[in-house]
Amino acid sequence: MTALWPVVESVLVKYSLVTAFLFIGSIVWGSYAISRRLTNGRIHGSAIAIMVGLALAYLGGISTGGTKGIADIGCLAGVGLMGGAMLRDLAIVATAFGARLEEFLDTGASGIVSLLAGVFISFSVGALVAYAFGYRDAVSMTTIGGGAATYIVGPVTGTALEASSEVIALSVATGLVKSILVMVLTPYVANWIGLDDPRSALIFGGLMGTTSGVAGGLAATDERLVPYGAMTATFYTGLGCLLGPSVVFLIIQAIVGSASLAP
Amino acid sequence: MAIYGTALLAFCLLLGTVIGKLIGQAIGISANVGGVGIAMLLLVVICGRLQRSGAMPMPTQGGILFWSSIYIPIVVGMAASQDVRAAITGGPAAAFAGIVTVAVCFAMVPVISSIGRPDPKQGAER
Repeated sequence: MTALWPVVESVLVKYSLVTAFLFIGSIVWGSYAISRRLTNGRIHGSAIAIMVGLALAYLGGISTGGTKGIADIGCLAGVGLMGGAMLRDLAIVATAFGARLEEFLDTGASGIVSLLAGVFISFSVGALVAYAFGYRDAVSMTTIGGGAATYIVGPVTGTALEASSEVIALSVATGLVKSILVMVLTPYVANWIGLDDPRSALIFGGLMGTTSGVAGGLAATDERLVPYGAMTATFYTGLGCLLGPSVVFLIIQAIVGSASLAP
Repeated sequence: MAIYGTALLAFCLLLGTVIGKLIGQAIGISANVGGVGIAMLLLVVICGRLQRSGAMPMPTQGGILFWSSIYIPIVVGMAASQDVRAAITGGPAAAFAGIVTVAVCFAMVPVISSIGRPDPKQGAER
């Protein structure tokens, strides 16, 4: 009997993507059962499944010390492939099948406004919070502001401005907090902020910007809105990486001055 | 055949990502600017044309619809492979910055939605 697990484990590791299909399938099945039986459908099954996924990612992180959540556990490495950028982007693009081109084009202007507003608001709020916590030089404020945009904009901005690694790590953590909050909270605030049609989803994607947060949050709210939100969110990180180390940095530097340089 | 649909989907994603990278390169950043968004537009335009000309039989559509239908499980996999530990142990500054940003951005959704919303009384005018 003692020799059974190594045999099973070797198969699970070798067929890691197949293992991930079974593992994630079980989580989704269990989550939809909880949604039906315990909450009478009030909390959507996919919202529960995403929260279970995040909880497992936390457990995986503390038990292995790695950065890829549950995917750092050997036999569950396939979860990282299944939920990685490659298959995620393939599935996001597939959700656009059946959508009408007019729906994208009609909201084009609002989409651009929401993108610019989203990037500048995130940078401003992040920089203000950084200032309040004692990071008062323009480089650190811009980097943490970038993290408040997305966890990719933060390190890209920080690297371009030569911020300290402590500040870059903080910006990544800020971006992760944002992405997780958007995933978890969107279904609960959707009614309140009028997130119920393609147009509002497009604006939502542009304001939030975190592709993973928007993808998860809209999936748990209304699957039909996913392509619209994902559409604008996909431009956000590029825009943030472009504006962060340039325009935003110059504005912040002009406000706080360059006297207090990073230690 | 289903693979035709999946191949078309793959073509759109690859082409969109290449274009996104080229845009990034053109403006001097090593990021993919809107690649997925461009891929979605390509898919919508190409499939729209194929469907109108009747060149999109059900099995071909099935090759795309499968990936669309497996989207939520993929997002669950994505959630399960996030660095949640780093987010939680990132300290109060990271948590605070994240919470305030999300709150402000949520509140902005109805504000921007109300700008330029087509007036139902004016019908088709945009």
